[in-house]
Amino acid sequence: MNTETIKKEVNKAAKTERISGSEAIIRCLIAEGVDILYGYPGGAIMPVYDELFKYRDRIHHVLTRHEQGAAHAAQGYARISGRVGVAMATSGPGATNLITGIADAQIDSTPIVCITGQVPSHLLGTDAFQETDIVGISTPVTKWNAQVTKASEIPEVMAKAFYIAKSGRPGPVLIDITKDAQFEEFDFKYEKCTAVRSYNPVPKTDSNDVKAAAELINNAKKPMIVWGQGVILGKAEEELKAVIEKSGVPAAWTILGASAIPTSHPLNVGMVGMHGNYAPNKLTNECDLLIAIGMRFDDRVTGDLNTYAKQAKIIHFDIDPAEINKNVKVDLAVLGDSKESLALLLSELKENSHDAWLKEFNDLYAIEYDAVIKDDLLPEKEGLTMGEVLKEINNYSDGNAAIVSDVGQHQMIACRYAEFNHSKSNITSGGLGTMGFALPAAIGAKMAEPHREVVAIIGDGGYQMNIQELGTIFQQKAAVKIVVLNNEFLGMVRQWQQLFFDKRYASTEMTNPDFVTIAKGYHIDAKRVTKREELADAVKEMMESDASYFLEVCVEKEDNVFPMIPSGASVSDIRLS
Amino acid sequence: MSQEIKTFTISVYTENNIGLLNRISAIFQRRHINIESLTTSQSEIKNVNRFVIVVKITEDQAIKVVRQIEKQVEAIRAYYHTNDETIFTENCMFKIKSELLFEEPQIQNIIKESDARIVTVNRDFFVLENTGRRHEIEELREKLDKFGIMQFVRSGRIAVTKEEMKVSEILEEFRNQQ
Repeated sequence: MNTETIKKEVNKAAKTERISGSEAIIRCLIAEGVDILYGYPGGAIMPVYDELFKYRDRIHHVLTRHEQGAAHAAQGYARISGRVGVAMATSGPGATNLITGIADAQIDSTPIVCITGQVPSHLLGTDAFQETDIVGISTPVTKWNAQVTKASEIPEVMAKAFYIAKSGRPGPVLIDITKDAQFEEFDFKYEKCTAVRSYNPVPKTDSNDVKAAAELINNAKKPMIVWGQGVILGKAEEELKAVIEKSGVPAAWTILGASAIPTSHPLNVGMVGMHGNYAPNKLTNECDLLIAIGMRFDDRVTGDLNTYAKQAKIIHFDIDPAEINKNVKVDLAVLGDSKESLALLLSELKENSHDAWLKEFNDLYAIEYDAVIKDDLLPEKEGLTMGEVLKEINNYSDGNAAIVSDVGQHQMIACRYAEFNHSKSNITSGGLGTMGFALPAAIGAKMAEPHREVVAIIGDGGYQMNIQELGTIFQQKAAVKIVVLNNEFLGMVRQWQQLFFDKRYASTEMTNPDFVTIAKGYHIDAKRVTKREELADAVKEMMESDASYFLEVCVEKEDNVFPMIPSGASVSDIRLS
Repeated sequence: MSQEIKTFTISVYTENNIGLLNRISAIFQRRHINIESLTTSQSEIKNVNRFVIVVKITEDQAIKVVRQIEKQVEAIRAYYHTNDETIFTENCMFKIKSELLFEEPQIQNIIKESDARIVTVNRDFFVLENTGRRHEIEELREKLDKFGIMQFVRSGRIAVTKEEMKVSEILEEFRNQQ
């Protein structure tokens, strides 16, 4: 039997050339269409940096100020563009500093390739200077990883890395390359990988499952869609929109699904989950059919599983068989690529509408508006709210900006209130909840799509976790707009302390530095807003700036985010206050 | 779905790559599942490895674990089976003082009755080897324990399944794919 384990693109034009392993790495990146990579040099990766210098007119290396920043920047690049993000670091601490970004990319299915230098192969296992077992450390948080100790392995491993990162359900791949393999010369030829024997990235969609799904949808009285990032990763936004419009089914989104369908679409009924909208959470427990598309029933979405949509039949469309019945037992699973399965579904659906059912969503929205949204967006109290800042940003962006949020109260407010007209516009750390994500991710997003407005919305806590990336913004002249919503607290933890720990504010109050001075130290235009009457002009000035801009808004210190499903409660027990 | 905890044998066909053992064992560790035994070897297919992993879990957990294993890029296929669905055995070795062989005639009877095999004998010790189910090996160990065992070691379970696993077909399909 033929024991070939991967298939490669036939490239007869490819010539064999004798080059070093490090040059081969750069040539592989160029062949994969990489134009920008993020990283930080060090001893064990120096031969590759030497080649990056020689190839600097063909591939742009961005020096971040910390390897974690490089990983998040690669994520931001991937999330806004759909292309594979690349981060590079040296061995030891350089490699371990990438781990948080890799773990974030794993849980949020973001295609990135991380390349780490490693000590020379003869020193492996000797506790050499800056040696760490990064393949061992990264195993549980990578889709795939490998160590290369011979230059001749580089082309095939790199080809596999890019193929695996972007195919099927995407994810992070780490390639660790020993320094001797970087120096070694060999006969280089690059052929892209097209298949891996042990890996089935896209399960075939069974047309009978699609027909069964269509029948359930066509006959449902109170159907509801919850879509997730699978729609965006599968480039199935148009198909989803067509399905929604033809079937008339109200559709809600998970935090990572945001922006796949425009905010203003009449059948877009908002966000599900812990701080999602009132209607889709409540009505999850009243629908007769729940259609989950490219989402994974995260605990922040479902609340208590024993009381989650028990009355409904559930259909789950997903590319990953491991997600089926993982958290929620479903009545029907439709495996496969969302673009293909939704297109098949569309042809089986009846034209339909559910006006009375949709009105239930709208009525509950009105309740949420009166109880929460009005006070968030049009506050009458003196202190500024996070919501009104988002409202001002919407006024100037017209829903065309990409919003990169960090983690915490401001993230929930950003995802609840930001308006989106374009897909891939909500970039946030969903699954891992990584504070410090937004500033470097915004750099990656802006550099991937320079024509787009990129606004980072960050809390005063998360901002200080990767504040050093202001240096990257300054050096790269990346025109990122940075909004820090400063309440001088780790606000989400403080909210929980208030609600569940009798207001014992243990280590959540922040004594902050002068953020405007810090931004100005990096030669970034900066302004602080403390009064409502200053807000509109300051946001306007920021949005009209062609350069990077820092805006600090001092908001009410002890505001809470509502609605809220308390941890472990049922989605229908969502609280408005 | 049965929530009863049972013994399952998980069979995994994989590529022969460094690091895969770590990747597979991490799936169990993360879910706080204790691995009762784990054996890896060449499978019936050239360059394809086979893991035989024994765990005590519910069938619901077994299904989820198998899917997580199959999700790993270098795992070709994974299956779970109950004891009834497999033919399985374990292997054991005992190192015992040679003088006992002559001083305690009962030992010779134990060896005969258990079908154990003497692998080697020298002046100081002899080595017994046996194959069987866990309870058979335990029974033998208990009997020999009275006389003193210098060393005892038992292998993990190895198992073949009654049903076909059709891994060759998957590989054949890949080979024919354009």
